[in-house]
Amino acid sequence: MSTVNKSSLEPYFIYRHKLPIRIMHWINVLCFTVLLMSGLNIFNSHAALNLGKSSYNGYAPILEMKSIQNSNGELVGITNIFGYQFDTTGVLGASMGPEGKLIKRGFPSWITIPGPKWLAMARQWHFFFAWLFVINGICYVTYSLFSKHLQRDLLTTKSDRASIWQSIKDHARFKHPSGEAAIPYNVLQKIAYLSVIFILLPLVILMGFAMSPFLDSLIPGWVDLFGGRQTARTIHFIVAWLLVTFVFIHVFEVIITGVWNNLRSMITGQYQIKTHIDTSHKEGE
Amino acid sequence: MAHQTDRRRFLARLLAGAGTLALVGCDKLSNSKWFTNVLSTGGSLSKNAHRLISARKSMAQEFSEADMSPSFRSNGTSLPSSAEYQALAKNDFKNWALTIDGMVENPITLTLTQIQALPSRTQITRHDCVEGWSAIGKWAGAPLHEVLALVKPLSQAHFVVFYCADPMEDDGSQKYYESIDMDDAYHAQTMLAYKLNDETLPIKNGAPIRLRVERQLGYKQAKYIMRIALVEKLDPIEGGKGGYWEDSAGYEWYAGI
Repeated sequence: MSTVNKSSLEPYFIYRHKLPIRIMHWINVLCFTVLLMSGLNIFNSHAALNLGKSSYNGYAPILEMKSIQNSNGELVGITNIFGYQFDTTGVLGASMGPEGKLIKRGFPSWITIPGPKWLAMARQWHFFFAWLFVINGICYVTYSLFSKHLQRDLLTTKSDRASIWQSIKDHARFKHPSGEAAIPYNVLQKIAYLSVIFILLPLVILMGFAMSPFLDSLIPGWVDLFGGRQTARTIHFIVAWLLVTFVFIHVFEVIITGVWNNLRSMITGQYQIKTHIDTSHKEGE
Repeated sequence: MAHQTDRRRFLARLLAGAGTLALVGCDKLSNSKWFTNVLSTGGSLSKNAHRLISARKSMAQEFSEADMSPSFRSNGTSLPSSAEYQALAKNDFKNWALTIDGMVENPITLTLTQIQALPSRTQITRHDCVEGWSAIGKWAGAPLHEVLALVKPLSQAHFVVFYCADPMEDDGSQKYYESIDMDDAYHAQTMLAYKLNDETLPIKNGAPIRLRVERQLGYKQAKYIMRIALVEKLDPIEGGKGGYWEDSAGYEWYAGI
């Protein structure tokens, strides 16, 4: 080991994310945030999820947020999931209004755009950013195909597939490849990105289409393939939260694998590679 | 260690602060003219895309009797508060008559019996409210194109405006109004409905007639229609956006999404 040239152990930078990818990534962050928060404002106008072709088909909603007045005259927020009732005062069903008093609302104002109950404006935000989101998504997939980003960086390889179990164990122990081994995406990371890009995002968009009375009319009956309009609304909601779950895991992984290095690589493109020997030497000195 | 927790606390506050600023910023933007104009391009894009794909042809899904909602929900006004309307209702709308005028060759006034004598259509369709709920009901009425054939719209007529009986303000002022374009006006499923679920249209659902324009949301389905006018532009009408909710709360005139 002592014969290794010291300069080769110095940290060095690689150009990890190309400019179009970086731009599209941050447009996506903006769009997804606005779509989620304006979507929750829209949801608040009818804070219940049903299954089937209509809301009034004899079945109870699978999720419902409401508020009731208790014996002291105080507002209590209630969330009902699959018939199980929870007191969610302050967050769901009833939360602080602009005058500092509890008011009836599904999701609280700090997670909705706009803050106050304002369906017309929430729809304006939602549909503008939905267009931007879809255009950005189409650009991303097209670019990824033609630049071979998809084939080179995202598609799993044979050795990836063989190492799935090992990768699961590593992730569970928060153990991640370092040095040059951290340059390619790992297999779970690839599967997560591919599922988001090719399953969850197309599904959430399609279920958005399913709620449009015009798009519904293009091929009569297509919405029923997904269980009907109200089921489509429910799937739209669930997939949105699955995407939020992805974002949380994604951000968590970004933080534990070197937050500044990862952030830099998504802003300037530069990703720093450190070897093990190098860092241990430095700490030893 | 203390240094680290301080830094963490600082970062957490920074994040919370930035979040609050962003939220306040979004609410400020929602109240600014220029930004809402930018946002509304989303709605216009959708409308133009929809009209490009299929303006008049595509048919809203029709359902079977088994899909019908047990009772059809009433939304918005369930009984117009004006004395004028209540007097008409008391007499089973025998004194009610619908004038169709504006940019037409042949303005006419039709009684309810005359409208019921026109060729009719029955359809079981879904009513999708902008709030998110849906109800399925069976409608019967006179297709609007039958009425248009009687009045013969002039070539400059681009919109059909519906003036309704229900006052939207507590003091009885500002009656409901809505409008559609000629693509929807001539669409096969667009009708002046006088029956719901095989019975006379109830007052809570818009008696004596309401509009059904099946490829759009609930607020376009004007209830308690008193007069229909064909116009070239929507600008001179009330707030200029073509409907009560469009003018008063900023809802999109095109409600196909």
